Amino acid sequence: MAHPKIIVVGGGLAGLSATIKIAEMGGHVDLFSIVPVKRSHSVCAQGGINAAKNLKGEGDSTWQHFDDTVYGGDFLANQPPVKLMCDMAPGIIDLLDRMGVPFNRTPEGVLDFRRFGGTLYNRTAFAGATTGQQLLYALDEQVRRYEAEGKVTKYEGWEFLSAVLDENRVCRGICAMDLRGMEVVTFPAEAVIIATGGNGAIFGKSTNSVVCTGSAQSALYQQGAYYANGEFIQVHPTCIPGEDKLRLMSESARGEGGRVWVPRTQGDKRDFKSIPESDRWYFLEEWYPKYGNLVPRDIATRAIHKVVFEHHLGIDGSPMVYLDLTHIDRATLDRKLEGILEIYEKFVGDDPRDVPMKIFPGMHYTMGGLWVDFDQKTNIQGLYACGEADYSIHGANRLGANSLMSCIYGGFIAGPGAVQYARNVIKSGHTPSHNIYESEKKRQQEINSRLMNNDGTENPFLLWRELGDTMTKNCTVIRYNKSLQETDAKLVELLERYRHVNLSDRTMWANTSFVFARQLYNMLQLARVIAQGAEWRNESRGAHYKPDFPERDDANFLKTTKAYFAADADEPRFEFDSVDTSLIVPRPRRYDAAT
Amino acid sequence: MANSKTVLIKIKRQDNPDSKPYWEEFELPYRPGMNVTSSLMDIAANPVTKQGEATTPVTYDSNCLEEVCGSCAMLINGKARMACSALIDKLERPVRLEPFSKFPVVRDLAVDRSVLFENLKKVKAWVPTDGTYDLGSGPRQTAAEQEENYPLSRCISCCCCMEACPQFNDNTGFVGAAAISQVRLFNNHPTGKSLKVDRLKALMGDGGIQECGYAQNCVEVCPKDIPLTKSIADVGGQVMWQAVKDLFRT
Repeated sequence: MAHPKIIVVGGGLAGLSATIKIAEMGGHVDLFSIVPVKRSHSVCAQGGINAAKNLKGEGDSTWQHFDDTVYGGDFLANQPPVKLMCDMAPGIIDLLDRMGVPFNRTPEGVLDFRRFGGTLYNRTAFAGATTGQQLLYALDEQVRRYEAEGKVTKYEGWEFLSAVLDENRVCRGICAMDLRGMEVVTFPAEAVIIATGGNGAIFGKSTNSVVCTGSAQSALYQQGAYYANGEFIQVHPTCIPGEDKLRLMSESARGEGGRVWVPRTQGDKRDFKSIPESDRWYFLEEWYPKYGNLVPRDIATRAIHKVVFEHHLGIDGSPMVYLDLTHIDRATLDRKLEGILEIYEKFVGDDPRDVPMKIFPGMHYTMGGLWVDFDQKTNIQGLYACGEADYSIHGANRLGANSLMSCIYGGFIAGPGAVQYARNVIKSGHTPSHNIYESEKKRQQEINSRLMNNDGTENPFLLWRELGDTMTKNCTVIRYNKSLQETDAKLVELLERYRHVNLSDRTMWANTSFVFARQLYNMLQLARVIAQGAEWRNESRGAHYKPDFPERDDANFLKTTKAYFAADADEPRFEFDSVDTSLIVPRPRRYDAAT
Repeated sequence: MANSKTVLIKIKRQDNPDSKPYWEEFELPYRPGMNVTSSLMDIAANPVTKQGEATTPVTYDSNCLEEVCGSCAMLINGKARMACSALIDKLERPVRLEPFSKFPVVRDLAVDRSVLFENLKKVKAWVPTDGTYDLGSGPRQTAAEQEENYPLSRCISCCCCMEACPQFNDNTGFVGAAAISQVRLFNNHPTGKSLKVDRLKALMGDGGIQECGYAQNCVEVCPKDIPLTKSIADVGGQVMWQAVKDLFRT
């Protein structure tokens, strides 16, 4: 039988793990990525990867990992795949260890583990403070090996435009654009896996990389894929605000003992060193004595917001609080956190070993994504999704160090699933007609030529800034229905203005503003899913917080939000699924002293 | 300088691989905390030269913007470095941006650095695992071994070391410091060392490790402070031993 041919879009942890599984099973992979896969956004993950290996004598278990994850996600995740991920996690760590990831070691030479948010166990394996980089490299090396053996063909420097669907709406390949020659090309395959990551660019500045626009997910949503739980956006409590992006300051800084504080008195102008302990307010430790600085991200983010905007205690009156490591000895800091301390040093100019860091929350991660079933299949036959691009696992809030694991888990499910499916497609002998490729290519070429020849006055980069400002203001930490309605109206306005985009560059060679303008359209469409989903959900759950509806409301909202695109109306419509809570009965989520 | 209200940036541009390069100047409003990538974003939002002429946004590679993906390498005031960590306040002005000179220009500041990824294939820079099925934990390693290998594993493939190297050019075909340092990393690994001989053989002969002229530019420009010269010395020793062994075997 012929080797199944599978397209994987995205070369981060999820895409590479799917690729490795497929190659190992005898399939051939066409691997598409905007950037060389070694430069994918997974490289930015810092603190670590969770697995209940229980190497610290704490009595940790995969069930406890499962419970922490479901509880941390405020019971919105379907539970069976979460349990499977937590069960597979220790084996995945072993595999990464065998692949040569330089995990930190204990004196006896076994893997070291540290604590992360939302758990009381040391469950996070780490390689310095650049764990994502080390994991990505290990998988990249394995894929390079398969590439050298001819089992993987890389298309680096290609942008995914759309899926090629046959007359029965079955996915038969993709349409993509070469980012140098700008040529639109279709590629047939028996199955397609989408592993295109997050959508931070919708919020303007975020901790995400430049390529994280959500464009591929949005294009597929516009082709009929469900997009689920889009309203759940994680705002990371500790970021370094910058001119071009918000740089992440890893949760591992708190895992290694970092403390968050502000001066107790408004307008305290003293240097931090002259502020005695009694005049410092360690508000997370005071409000959450059990978890302290390691409460989940949504909780820490809202606490910082409260201290800054309600207590008016931001440092020097600015929206910033201290994240303090200066009480920890330098050697420990260098051994365990060097990568992130170096980022702070390089981009801010202060040495965090001597001076507390100034940080503020920033958009970091989307829990929502393409809807998938427990086998990582989307509702479009032949189309799979995994990693941050899919919605499963994290519910209403993701725990730190669970994303790297969910990426690899997702790839390890999607890859073999796609191979099985592809073998059946080959067996069935049904080959799609040539026309479906031609017509999809033509559709994309027409979009390109319309955009290229548009006469108007709108600059795509300026439209993007307006999009980012609106979404960050109204769709992140605190949400009100009135401002969400205004947001959607603004998005409709931006979509209208988008029709008058005028490109300052009309050449057909490595034209980055043209590519960006295409992504922008998809960002605008997906932003409406986020805003409208948030408006519908009149409760507070995990990262989604409405002061007018401050409680979780399981009776009405223990539901997955599934958006689909109504092409005639050019807007999202919603359906709601019940959540599979068959393994752990939902209970109130409290991280303060009460539990 | 740091207080002036505008920042002057001169950029060497080139429309495509075959066309002639030319320079353009941009005058941007100064903001505290700006870096080279935020300046290039500002130009994209308002692509007008200092002389008031409309132009195109500048093409450049970028992704993570926190100096870990290795994308945005270019020559900044003549030095090979990452654009995201180049803070305007710390640069001499006017700021001069040029593409790397030893890699084919794609457009403007974007160059083709795929040669490094090809070299990583040649030196088999991977651990040959049996498969992804469950085989238990990996080999035990001491904390000291981890601490030697981790810095080597932080190479971001930016190619600054190759750009700065006087020996890295078409005449020598030199493989460059980055790939050699990866050989050291994988030869150190308890499982990875099973491919040691293959790796060392790939570094013998023309374009191999012998081309290194010990200029030490590599270690000076490496944004991740990787001990590249130590890697070259270490792997150079391994290659020599291998050559001696090969001699006695034949």
